[in-house]
Amino acid sequence: MLDLASLPDAHGHFGPYGGMFVPETLMTALNDLTAEYLAAREDPAFQKQLAWLLHEYAGRPTPLYFAERLTQQLGGAKIYLKREDLLHTGAHKINNALGQILLAQRMGKKRIIAETGAGQHGVATATVCARAGLECVIYMGAVDMERQALNVARMKFLGAKVVAVTAGQATLKEAINEAMRDWVTNVRTTHYILGSALGSHPYPMMVRDFHRVIGDEARRQILERENRLPDLLVACVGGGSNAIGLFWPFLQDDGVKMVGVEAGGRGIRDGDHAARFQGGKLGVLQGTKTYLLADDDGQIQLTHSVSAGLDYAAIGPEHAYLRDQGRIGYDFATDAEALDAFQRLSRTEGIIPALESAHAIAHVIKVAPQMRAGEILVANLSGRGDKDVAQAAEILLPRGTHE
Amino acid sequence: MPNRIDQKFADLRAAGKAALIAYIAAGDPHLDATRELAWAFEEAGVDILELGVPFSDPLADGVVNQLAATRALASGTTAQGVLDCVRAIRAQSQLPIVLYTYMNPIYRFGFAEFHRAAEAAGVDGLLILDLPPDEDAQNAELMQQTGLKRIRLIAPTTPPARIAQLTAGASGFVYYVSREGVTGEQAEIATSLGERVAEIRATTALPIAVGFGISTPEHVRQVTQHADAVVVGSAIVKQIAEFGHDPALVEKLAAFVRPLAAAAKA
Repeated sequence: MLDLASLPDAHGHFGPYGGMFVPETLMTALNDLTAEYLAAREDPAFQKQLAWLLHEYAGRPTPLYFAERLTQQLGGAKIYLKREDLLHTGAHKINNALGQILLAQRMGKKRIIAETGAGQHGVATATVCARAGLECVIYMGAVDMERQALNVARMKFLGAKVVAVTAGQATLKEAINEAMRDWVTNVRTTHYILGSALGSHPYPMMVRDFHRVIGDEARRQILERENRLPDLLVACVGGGSNAIGLFWPFLQDDGVKMVGVEAGGRGIRDGDHAARFQGGKLGVLQGTKTYLLADDDGQIQLTHSVSAGLDYAAIGPEHAYLRDQGRIGYDFATDAEALDAFQRLSRTEGIIPALESAHAIAHVIKVAPQMRAGEILVANLSGRGDKDVAQAAEILLPRGTHE
Repeated sequence: MPNRIDQKFADLRAAGKAALIAYIAAGDPHLDATRELAWAFEEAGVDILELGVPFSDPLADGVVNQLAATRALASGTTAQGVLDCVRAIRAQSQLPIVLYTYMNPIYRFGFAEFHRAAEAAGVDGLLILDLPPDEDAQNAELMQQTGLKRIRLIAPTTPPARIAQLTAGASGFVYYVSREGVTGEQAEIATSLGERVAEIRATTALPIAVGFGISTPEHVRQVTQHADAVVVGSAIVKQIAEFGHDPALVEKLAAFVRPLAAAAKA
């Protein structure tokens, strides 16, 4: 059985993965953040305030919804959806943003920065900054700003400054680079709310902890409903925060299988996907040692996914470790499969999923029919699809019908 | 034979002079130019050459060095190519050379293998931006046994106890980052520099270099009042960006670094 207390060790390592691979200019800030977080984690007042915010402001607990029509159509396992899409701001990202803003306030930071891919983390961060009255700067790739224009407007209404990053392929990776450069420069006054279970220690641990509420609730809810644990958990994996949040409280339940779904993009060819476990190699990027997509010279490769939130070259280090342990399996869904799932869930259940979450649903569509009728599957519906409607319409609706 | 870095500082110390360390991105605009620049810099009075191994995601660098890395990658520069370039420089130069790099390209190469290959090519030291000493002991594959000097960064935010820990594991020289931020030029040198350098000196006998944002002979004079060496990077890289395709690139750059080197010797 996994020793969860050692994940990570005191230096942020998940077995051979993770750690603190950052310039010296950030080491002190990261060490201070680790100490502050570990103190807050043990502080009942902090936990009480966070629980209150999650309940009153974010709308927790989220329902564990039995998707009856989808279950009937697919004709296999009973499918439950963990409805993180119903949270305030529209995705699971608010769990972590609320946790980190409390931490920033505890540390007396006056300014908040964050990166964002799909814009959901940027919106969540802008939201908690508005509520806390703190200055907020969001770094976002110029390509992502175009495909997630709705979220850019939301961040601006929430009072955040959105900085377009034009370097490289102008998506999530470049936004993180730029946020880290800002942090190096303004480290004394600024807290960086990293949005996934990625980067240097303590982020992979801290972000996971702030999202484990997803799995804690799901575990309690499924036991209430079915009086037993599920057979399979499914979640999409970009950095991997919604997945680790759902999976973590079930890790020691040996009968519960888990699958993380990466972005297969246009297919598994260099530059056409973001599935790190399909041809990725061990390396170091943006503070952590993990699997990543790089060429033979160690240069980070271009990635592609229809979903901005999964379009990233590295996977969270804890996922790499749990894969090695054989505890979590990983598969991928292509753009086309995700778009099919996006439409299918919309029409079958009346729920328009985020394109990220649609990757998890695509996997459900593949595997549920192969499972027995009495088996239970829980998929994390990590976000809602409002932000993707314009992009999906462009791809899926005949020209002229949506204008 | 003693390491070229140690020898250089011993010579300068005996003469009561400070060192000018010049940084350029290897392969910007191409590796042939890098080799020619190295030779010209040595003649112009540069004491140590810091060569950047280009990486696609240089998160500790400002825009000037990011663009230089992009140009270097566009000209086909690889880690192996940089080592071959160092070997070519060594054909007629004993200028101490430090490679400035991020982890992933050398991790991909093979960490220990890269160290051995670099030493064999004539490299004297390595500065790996995103490898703090904390990780050295934690990762078995990061062990290596070459004679390469391990240059360590110290930041303005580094607390005193950690300074001692960093200098204890350093060799060659210690690199103090003179401002909070990424690489790039700045108008003024922080007034607290003298105190910080004294604080570091209390923990180590190693020479202390100061860099990040130093661009003029006047800066060099100010810094060398306190430090044993001064690093000029972005200001030189910016000249290469401007004159990269000028037939007189090497002469122009030599003319640019000469007064900087003279200021370090003043």
